[in-house]
Formats: sequence, C-alpha cells, structure tokens
Amino acid sequence: MTSETSTGQDTTHTGNGRAQTGVHIDPSAVKTGRPDRSLSDVPDPVIECKGVDIFYGSFRAVSDVTMLFGRNEITALIGPSGCGKSTLLRSLNRMNDLIEGARVAGVIAYHGQDMYADDVDPIEVRRKIGMVFQKPNPFPKSIYDNVAYGPRVTGMKVDSMDDLVEEVLTRAALWDEVKDKLGQSAYGLSGGQQQRLCIARTIATRPEVILMDEPCSALDPIATAKIEDLMHELRDDYTIVVVTHNMQQAARVADRTAFFTARPDEQTGDRTGMLVEFDRTTVLFTKPADKRTEDYISGRFG
Amino acid sequence: MATTADAARAAITGRARGGERSTRSLVFLLLLWLSLLIAFGVLVTLIVTIAQDGAGRLDSGLLTGYSASVPEEAGARAAILGSAWVIGTTAVLTIPLGVAAAIHLEEFADKKHWFNRLLELNIQNLAAVPAIIYGMLALGFLALLGVQNKNVVIGGALALSLLILPVVIIATREALRAVPDEIRQGSLALGATKWQTVWRQTLPSAVPGIATGTILALSRALGEAAPLLLLGGLVYVTFDPNGLLSGFTTLPIQIFNWTGRPQAGFHELAAAASVVLLVLLLAMNALAIFIRNRYQHRW
Repeated sequence: MTSETSTGQDTTHTGNGRAQTGVHIDPSAVKTGRPDRSLSDVPDPVIECKGVDIFYGSFRAVSDVTMLFGRNEITALIGPSGCGKSTLLRSLNRMNDLIEGARVAGVIAYHGQDMYADDVDPIEVRRKIGMVFQKPNPFPKSIYDNVAYGPRVTGMKVDSMDDLVEEVLTRAALWDEVKDKLGQSAYGLSGGQQQRLCIARTIATRPEVILMDEPCSALDPIATAKIEDLMHELRDDYTIVVVTHNMQQAARVADRTAFFTARPDEQTGDRTGMLVEFDRTTVLFTKPADKRTEDYISGRFG
Repeated sequence: MATTADAARAAITGRARGGERSTRSLVFLLLLWLSLLIAFGVLVTLIVTIAQDGAGRLDSGLLTGYSASVPEEAGARAAILGSAWVIGTTAVLTIPLGVAAAIHLEEFADKKHWFNRLLELNIQNLAAVPAIIYGMLALGFLALLGVQNKNVVIGGALALSLLILPVVIIATREALRAVPDEIRQGSLALGATKWQTVWRQTLPSAVPGIATGTILALSRALGEAAPLLLLGGLVYVTFDPNGLLSGFTTLPIQIFNWTGRPQAGFHELAAAASVVLLVLLLAMNALAIFIRNRYQHRW
C-alpha cells in the first residue's frame, strides 16, 4: 500500500521546477468532515490531491482540496453549480491546461508522481486518465473509426483492430445494438448510444482511470440507467471519478462521495469552490457530519 | 374576468401598430422586394443582352480559333486555355499556403498576442486591397528577379494568388472555427496530440467549408483582368500556353481587348466570350454550393 509512505512535504505553489516523485498524502490528514475519521481505508489511491488550488488567471476557482481516489472505486463529486467540481475533474487529467490562464497549485499526484511536474507530458497523462464529457461528442466518423481512433493516434500495438473494437463495444454494452452498422456514422445513434460509444472510445486506449463530467445530464432516464449499470461493471477494471449534480445518481453508483460548495473569498469576493466533506457514500448520505452537506442532500439549498 | 379575456382577444387579433400586418410593415416589405427586383433585373438584363449579342458567335470556332485580325476567323481558344493555366497554378500556389496559414492562426497561435491580432487585422485589410495593387506588387517582384518578359503564367498566378490569399485564409479560419470544440476536446482527451487532432479531426471536418470558400475565391480570380493587364497580358496569343513560363492571355483580357476594337464583329465575339466566362463562373459557384450541401456537417 502506497499510502503508508506518507510525507508532509512542502511543495512549491508555482508550478516551476517541480520534478519530485513519490508525493504521497497522509490519509489521516484528509479532511472527511468528522475529526474522528481518517480516510486510511481508501484502497490503494491512484490519484491523490493535496492542498489543490485551481486558478483561472487571478480568479481562484477551487481552494485547498485534499482527497484521494481509490483504485477500482467510483468516486462522485457533488455540489451546487459553480462549486468547482468540474474544474477539479478536468485538472485530474490536465484537460484544464487547454483553458487559457488555468493553473494548478498544490499537488495532484498519479501513483505518487506529481502530474504537474515539468517532466510530465500531458498527452501521456490523458492516455492513462481518459475522459467522458457532459454532452456526447462522437467524432464525425463511423462507429468503428470512433473506437479505433484512440488506439491509432496513440500508436497502440493492436493485434486485430476488429477484435479490439468488438471487445470494447461489448464492454460498453453497445455491441448488440451496433454490430451490423459499424461503418455507419456515429451521428445516427441516439444520445444514450452516443455516450456509450464515447465510453467505449475511452476504454479502447486502455486507461487506468475514467473521468466522467456529468455523463448523463443530456440523457433520458432509461439511457441514464444504462450508463449507471455500465459504470458498475467498469468499476472492476477501472477507477472512476464522476461529477454529477444528481444526488440520487451519486447515491446509486458511488463508493465514495465528495461534497463541494462555493463560498465568497474573503479578499476578492470571488466565489471559490471548496471541499466540505468526503466520505463513504452511505455515510455521507445517511449521517453527514457537516451541516452544509445535510442541507444540500436534504434539498434545503443548491 | 370576461373583460380581461376580451382585452386579451382584442390585443392579438387587432391590427396593432408595428404588428406583422400593419401598413408600415407592408411598405417595408415592399421596399425589400423592390430592392431585390432591381438587383435581379439588372443581372437578367445583362445576361440576356450578352446572350443576344453573342448568339451569332457561340459556335465551335469560338472555342477552337486563336486571335486573328478578322473577327470571323478569331476565337478564344488561347484565352480559355490561358485562364485554365493561370487559375490552376493559382490554386496550387494558394490552397496549401492559405490553409496552412489559417490553421496556424486558428489552432496554434495565441489569439490574444498583439502580433497575431495585428496579423489578423492586416489579413482582413489585405482582402479589401484593390486588385491592381497586387498586379503592381507582382510586377515589382518579377522586375526584382530580373524577369524580362513578365507576361508568363507563373507571374499571373503570383498576382492572383496574392489577391485571393487573404480570402482563402479568412474562409478557412471560419470553417475551422465552425468545428465544435467538443471534437477537439474529445480527441485530446484520448491522448491525441494537438497536431493529430488538427490533422485527423478538425481539418477533415472543415474541408467542405474550405473547399467552398476556395472555389469562390478562385472564381473571383477567374474574372479578374486588372492585375494581369499590368503584367502585360494584353497580347496577341496564337498558341496554346504549355507551361509555367509560357506567354498567355485570359478570358477577361481577351474580352477587354475585343471590346476595344472598332469592328462590330469583335464586339459580337466579346459578348460570346463573356457568355463562356459566365458559364465557367456559374459552374464553379455551382460546384461550391454542391460541395457545401453534400458534405456539410450538422453538429
């Protein structure tokens, strides 16, 4: 277990000259909302966040997040709009780099390697940590080419692309619906099918982690249920982080849930997102430690 | 209660001021139609007149004959081939350069940097520069290289390339901008590099828009006479142009030449050649519209 090698080591907040490896977080330091609990039971954390601040220019969107994402677990990030949960998610595979002025301070580590160190290639990070977006975004290509695109561009060694395509489409519970029209445009599929295709496309490159940014918010309840079933199945092989604004969804799918909220910054007045409470989903939804969590999950605000 | 309902009914059934059927709206609509009618009328008149004037010479002799001193023997063969050579060379010069410049500006350059903003402003200005200026530029450039006979295919193509390059860049940028960001993000999230994303996703998705813009720009170049006249394109060509360094004349110049002759026969010839030019332009624009409708993506 890597979590044993905890350090309280200080890291620079500039993003310059960072190349240290073996950054690990003392699980007992992770804020769970209840002083008597630590998160030392998070199994084999794949991604660790320590004191993470995320800025857009001078605007601080997320402040001081420390949490762990355990292997083969589904972690849900919930909270009201503007609480920074999507921003945090996009920082976990450096997709936030694409937004001008975005900057991360603190440490986000993948297997103990600081993801924002100078010698880390964001392209390689994204090959290990895939992403599924809010709106299904298949490429304007055939179903087959959508799946084969990732392996092709990453230069993956593939014995038989046909087999790989069949395998991942089966894994994404889409094979039976599309096996007779692999050559047709992905745009002909329904929204739910398109989203499952995007999941298939993501797992085709054999990532370790899948980030999902409100993957069901554009889908109807039946399509949503299929995606949720799929998430349960994928958990055996992947670590999943899902942002959702649907609390029932978090309760249904997630092993652990982190609740975020936004508060005005003391100095600037900007609304900055912060982690309120992070715990096992069952605990967070039944016995929340923080009043704000309780208010949110009981529908009193947000 | 009843009075509220009556008032509501009256409000939507009456001819309210500014409503869709008010007098002002109708007058305005009429003016719009009139403007359209005037523009269309002029165009139809032009085409019909030219077709009538040139009808007598719309024969195979027009396409096969060379320039001649008597109108009966003259044809536009050299001009048609010259136009094809010049436009073909222009396309080869402009498309790679224009598309590459647009990809850099749209996908790679930092759009907020002052230098790139200056570039963008200048490209827009260049698109509005009169054609003859580009002729002068090409002339000066060829003189600098010490070229004696400036009326060569590559010289004409150079002038026309400079002329339409800004248009091609602007059209390509617009086509690239129309590709939704989700496509780029989806590709990058799979671990594709920026270059792979442009080459395999963004550019192929933008091809219909790029093709449309480029064809329209080329058809503008096809109808252009001024910059070529400056290069000395007003010559008596009695051979088929056969290379980049071959002398040439083009259809617009040939038409200009014939129109300036005193004999009525040449005027008839000019009208006939104009019909040929119009048909070519129409065919190119039709191709652009076809490509747009056939291949455009609905996101």
